[in-house]
Amino acid sequence: MRLGAMTSIPMLVGGLPFGILFGSLASANDLNVWFAVAMSSIVFAGSAQFVAIGLISIGAPIWVIVSTTFIVNLRHLLYAADLVKFVKHLPFGLRLFMGFGLIDETYAAVRPLYQSGQINEQTGHFAYIGSFVSFYLMWNGATLLGFMSGELIPGMSEWGLEFAMVATFIGIITPHLKRRPFVLAMVASAMASLVLNGLPNNLGLLLSALIGVLVGFVADTLVAKTLNVSKKGEA
Amino acid sequence: MSVLDSVFIIFGMFIVTFGVRFVLFARAHKVVMPDWLERALKFVPVAVLTAIITPMIFVLNGQLTLSLANPWLWGASAAFAIGIWRQQQLLTISVGVLVFFLGKYLLL
Repeated sequence: MRLGAMTSIPMLVGGLPFGILFGSLASANDLNVWFAVAMSSIVFAGSAQFVAIGLISIGAPIWVIVSTTFIVNLRHLLYAADLVKFVKHLPFGLRLFMGFGLIDETYAAVRPLYQSGQINEQTGHFAYIGSFVSFYLMWNGATLLGFMSGELIPGMSEWGLEFAMVATFIGIITPHLKRRPFVLAMVASAMASLVLNGLPNNLGLLLSALIGVLVGFVADTLVAKTLNVSKKGEA
Repeated sequence: MSVLDSVFIIFGMFIVTFGVRFVLFARAHKVVMPDWLERALKFVPVAVLTAIITPMIFVLNGQLTLSLANPWLWGASAAFAIGIWRQQQLLTISVGVLVFFLGKYLLL
């Protein structure tokens, strides 16, 4: 658990201003403090919560808020698909608990630990829970803090503390780049995300990720074929 | 907004968020991933994380900003270079953040 929490520290720091910002936005939109805290503690989905506050502020109907939340969070399905092999032997209740905490940051923090062999199927869920519980506490504390302080700290969103998250993600991406299919996946995803950036509801994010996966997969398949051919040639 | 509206919003958001996260875990013991899917899924981290951060780095105030006055670009380039050179996450993050803040204060 400690390993999961420690690995998450840079993203905890990066996420803190977002939590505070969320709380202060909720108070700025005259929402009840319980509503803000309920959203952080029950829904627990950073970007979707911001989108929801935006939609509430323009008076969108409930079904629009809920279906937008669904689209914004669809990427978590990809994470779950990737993690299934590490959790499938765990008891149902534990998987339920872990499913609740499947957020971007925990996936980003814990997934590389499986890759590097620091954790495995037997120990991984402890690191996972350590990461997600520390995010849960940070996120709810920050929401409350942000609501209380309201607009006492103006311009905090302009400090650029969220760059810590960007740097963390780069630190996760770069070790993969020794292999060419991963480089191609990254380049494709990056270019697509810039081109599709204008699409609403994180749709551009989702499409870009799929394009990146597809390009990586096709490149991987081609490399595997070339290897097979050259092995046959040697034999 | 009425209390009932609030409850419906929270409940609805919870159902779809938790549903998306849990649906595969729920049947995890029965899910058998075909080989091609396993091979495709290993690209998920790189593809998703890249798609999240690229617009954050290059788009400032809704404009594609490739100029040297973009501290995000400085920090990200530094982190990327260090990350390629030495695969040490903490070093990558520290150098990236340091360069970002230096850039931010020197450029603005």
